[in-house]
Amino acid sequence: MDPKLDLLYRLADDQLILGHRNSEWNGLGPILEEDIAFSSMAQDKLGHSLQLYTLLHELGEAEPDTVAFTRNAPQFHCCQLTELPIGEYDFSLLRHFLFDHAELLRFEALADSSYEPLALVARKIKGELKYHVLHANTWVKRLGNATEEAITRMQAALEFTLPYALGIFETTAAEPEIISSGLFVGEAELQRRWEESITKVLAQTALTLPDLRLLTPVTGGRHGQHTAHLQPLLDEMAEVFRLDPTADW
Amino acid sequence: MYGSASTHDIPTQAATGLENEDPILLAEFEARIARGEKIEPTDWMPQLYRKQLTRMIEQHAHSEIIGSLPEGTWITRAPGFRRKMAQMAKVQDEVGHAQLLYSAAETLGKTREQMLSDLVNGKSKYSNVFNYPTPTWADSNVISWLIDAGAIVNQMANAKGSYGPYCRALDRICAEEAFHLKYGHDAVVHMATGTPIQRKMMQEALNRWWPAIMTFFGPSDKMSTHTEILMRWKVKMATNDACRQQFLDMYVPKIWEIGLTLPDPNLRKNEDGVWEFSEPDWEDFKRVINGDGPCNAERIAVRRAAEENGAWVRRAMQQPQAKYVRPLA
Repeated sequence: MDPKLDLLYRLADDQLILGHRNSEWNGLGPILEEDIAFSSMAQDKLGHSLQLYTLLHELGEAEPDTVAFTRNAPQFHCCQLTELPIGEYDFSLLRHFLFDHAELLRFEALADSSYEPLALVARKIKGELKYHVLHANTWVKRLGNATEEAITRMQAALEFTLPYALGIFETTAAEPEIISSGLFVGEAELQRRWEESITKVLAQTALTLPDLRLLTPVTGGRHGQHTAHLQPLLDEMAEVFRLDPTADW
Repeated sequence: MYGSASTHDIPTQAATGLENEDPILLAEFEARIARGEKIEPTDWMPQLYRKQLTRMIEQHAHSEIIGSLPEGTWITRAPGFRRKMAQMAKVQDEVGHAQLLYSAAETLGKTREQMLSDLVNGKSKYSNVFNYPTPTWADSNVISWLIDAGAIVNQMANAKGSYGPYCRALDRICAEEAFHLKYGHDAVVHMATGTPIQRKMMQEALNRWWPAIMTFFGPSDKMSTHTEILMRWKVKMATNDACRQQFLDMYVPKIWEIGLTLPDPNLRKNEDGVWEFSEPDWEDFKRVINGDGPCNAERIAVRRAAEENGAWVRRAMQQPQAKYVRPLA
């Protein structure tokens, strides 16, 4: 696949699927303020994915609605972390923390991309992601320093989520060209910055970051291999859209 | 979203407790309200006023969070980016309204935790319309347009009431509801003027929702005899029948205009400008409001699960030994 398309699909699909998952917190948050916060982040992520699918459309791919609402799981390039069900709040919070730290650094780097349309979009997106990271940090520090119950839960969720989070940085065959053409600094460099960034925050909590070298990353997502959770999510997302694909909803 | 449909548990004249209130303070209180002044949280107020307002604002807040559930289930299925993002923002607003309203109710002395606990234990009610199912996307659109429209009629009236914090919350809420109305109308128009599948979906949803919409403002004033004191205190600002008439006058023509029909052969405006309609089934209304509707158990179960699953987070936040984290703003 063309390196631009390869990169854009991964970025856009991550945003769409995690945005969709975050929106599932409606009515279920531990406090109303968190229902509202997760909804705001979901709306941002949906908006980001739309901007990225629009870039893909400008490169000759189908309309954003068609791309988002008619593909099946094997055609998706999101990492598996994004597609896991929302679970309990501890998992959703840790996923949000680990993912958005990577996203902020990713879009900060993409702001200097050699592909100018992407750089422009990235400059706008990174400003919004800053708030996602602030939100995640606030809650991780708060719950990661609170009751024994909270710390135990957060530690378990961190350990469960980390292997999936390492899957964010799975590369594709296009990686060398993505780096050499200046599209993006590359996943390995991003992962290095991410480790630094999450380590700094976790150090301010009672949580322990396991040795990442000893973990096996959960990969496959970037190559269309997904958990059993993605296809049902897509079926649900497209349930109405597919009733009448000719319709203007 | 809200209707006055469940606030009718008003004591009889004999049980108002007014004979125990200081007559001088009471007279001054009533004079202030008559002059159009707002009552603020630290002002003197009769117990009955405090109790009725707490009940009313609390029920309104509950209606917002429970009301976010039937529409919320369509966020993940909304067709296309435009609708998906708008549906999320719309439902988020409703949860935000709950947050505003719980804060307003707290100024009267009841905590949010207590109110939410009363909700899941069935002690306090919410708008009855949310006990009906939303089996299709079109049902969600009908709520966004017509239930929100009904809510605006009700809330615009109540925003002129006497309790300051509630009025200020309602002013903000009405401004957002006005957008919901546009969103809902736009979605309904797209369906009603769309493909045969869309038109059929929309007509069926409207037929399903019409009986509930007709009960949205509560029983006829003929059936509830104790509203006089609440009207005098500007707790209740318009009668149920007046709200219903205003709603019919504003929205029935709009519904007919886009080629939809309403499932009531007796619905028409008479020569005096008054809308006539078949009497809603108030026995069924009573049965549903008392817990035996199609979705009562499900709505409360979702809320209870949210409360239980999130309890550890709230416990952690109340931990006095917890290390202080500087707030963002």
